[in-house]
Amino acid sequence: MCVVELQKLRHDRTELYTRAIQPALWLVIFGETFNRINVIPTGGIPYRDYLAPGIIAQSTMFIAIFYGIHIIWERDSGVLTKLLVTPTPRAALVAGKAFAAGVKAIVQAMVVLVIAALLGVTLSWNPLRLLGMIVVVVLGSAFFACLSVTIAGIARTRDRLMGIGQAITMPLFFASNALYPTASMPDWLRVISAINPLSYEVDALRGLLLGTPANLPLDFAVLVVAAALGITAASALLGRLAR
Amino acid sequence: MTDDTPPTADAVTCTGLTYAFGGSKAVDGLDLTVASGEVFGLLGPNGAGKTTAIRCVTTLLPVPAGMVRVFGHDVAANRMAVRRLLGYVPQQLSADGNLTGRENVALFARVFDVPRKERAPRVAEALEAVGLAEAADRMAGTYSGGMIRRLELAQALVSSPRLLILDEPTIGLDPIARTGVWEQIMAVRAASGMTVLVTTHYMDEADQYCDRVALMHKGQVRALGTPGQLTDELRDRRGDGSSPTLEDVFRDVAGSGLDEGGEFRDVRRTRRTASRVG
Repeated sequence: MCVVELQKLRHDRTELYTRAIQPALWLVIFGETFNRINVIPTGGIPYRDYLAPGIIAQSTMFIAIFYGIHIIWERDSGVLTKLLVTPTPRAALVAGKAFAAGVKAIVQAMVVLVIAALLGVTLSWNPLRLLGMIVVVVLGSAFFACLSVTIAGIARTRDRLMGIGQAITMPLFFASNALYPTASMPDWLRVISAINPLSYEVDALRGLLLGTPANLPLDFAVLVVAAALGITAASALLGRLAR
Repeated sequence: MTDDTPPTADAVTCTGLTYAFGGSKAVDGLDLTVASGEVFGLLGPNGAGKTTAIRCVTTLLPVPAGMVRVFGHDVAANRMAVRRLLGYVPQQLSADGNLTGRENVALFARVFDVPRKERAPRVAEALEAVGLAEAADRMAGTYSGGMIRRLELAQALVSSPRLLILDEPTIGLDPIARTGVWEQIMAVRAASGMTVLVTTHYMDEADQYCDRVALMHKGQVRALGTPGQLTDELRDRRGDGSSPTLEDVFRDVAGSGLDEGGEFRDVRRTRRTASRVG
């Protein structure tokens, strides 16, 4: 499945370019503006730097959260039924799809990283830390892609999935530490942020790329468990799409 | 897992197969046997339950134990074993247009656990078998309808299935492409001896290529036999010197809603005759 996604990306790269626009806007417009206003307590680092890992997490989540659309397209076109009649277990198909979303996310993360570097964000270029970033981004995307496939299994049509996807992406983004530290949130929002895997993804990315204090073991554990739960839920619902 | 597979088992056995969507029974007590090695046509009007029956055989729809067996494996108990024996081409043109023909086939070699070393030659062989060797590295999106159908055939064949299931393989194709697809099917079948279960609306195709056909109506088999038997039986029954085609048999079985009552006895008789002869 991963290989197939890479093959498709090789044949058609437009997706990569267009996907780079939104994070660039976030970093350039939102990041630069708030960098000047300087109202968000970032713990002593420029807001631009603080924002960059958040945008990596956000932009890769946005790709993954609509991944269910692919599944619905595959359902409508008959590709999915053919795959479901093969001896490959459902969980393997879903895991393949999930990590294919991860592969796209890696490319996306690299693009954001380059944009951030061009804007003068001081990031760590330590290969081990970058490797850590890749693992984090892949796990995070795998979770959100599986969430999307799970929703697809319930919603079953493109329109409903688009609606639900739109409805949950922004709340997931705002109810996380991607734009501002959780310390500045009201209590109820902090609770949501604490169960939002995106927060752990951002925390890990900040720790790895900026060297800010982060609870890396907890972050990795949450992301691994979330991805595993996502794959389980999505593969349980995949068969529903064939009926 | 009970895996009592006599080597001579029939390719498909449906016993009282019933499947309902909500309250309406799409398949209602279907009894059907497809012998190993034959080309078996499942015919019937739209909504007769052909596709639902096929989806039960292909493990896509959950069925209770004992209703469907594929080469002796119970579909309910032993899905994986059944899937390993199947090649399935659904109704829709389902090749991925964003991949080349070769990549499309290679994907199915992977998901069918074809050993890594054998994949490239097996993929090339499958593409060759359907006459797409030259177009293999073009994007499938540039293929014509007939080529896509043949590509899908290659996808289904790359795992060397013992049972090939085709759901309306020639739907929407021009006459030349239809002939092309059927020629490939028959050639592969002659070479491998696999069983083919096919649904179609084209009576001429069923007449020409199927060893036996079953006419389905309202979720049940209403007539069964070789195309010759079915037309002969109708000729004898009419006794007016005309020589009916398979299409006439189809009309006779599907009928119009109005003369359903009288029709049913005839069909019952047809079915008895057919199962005695066939």
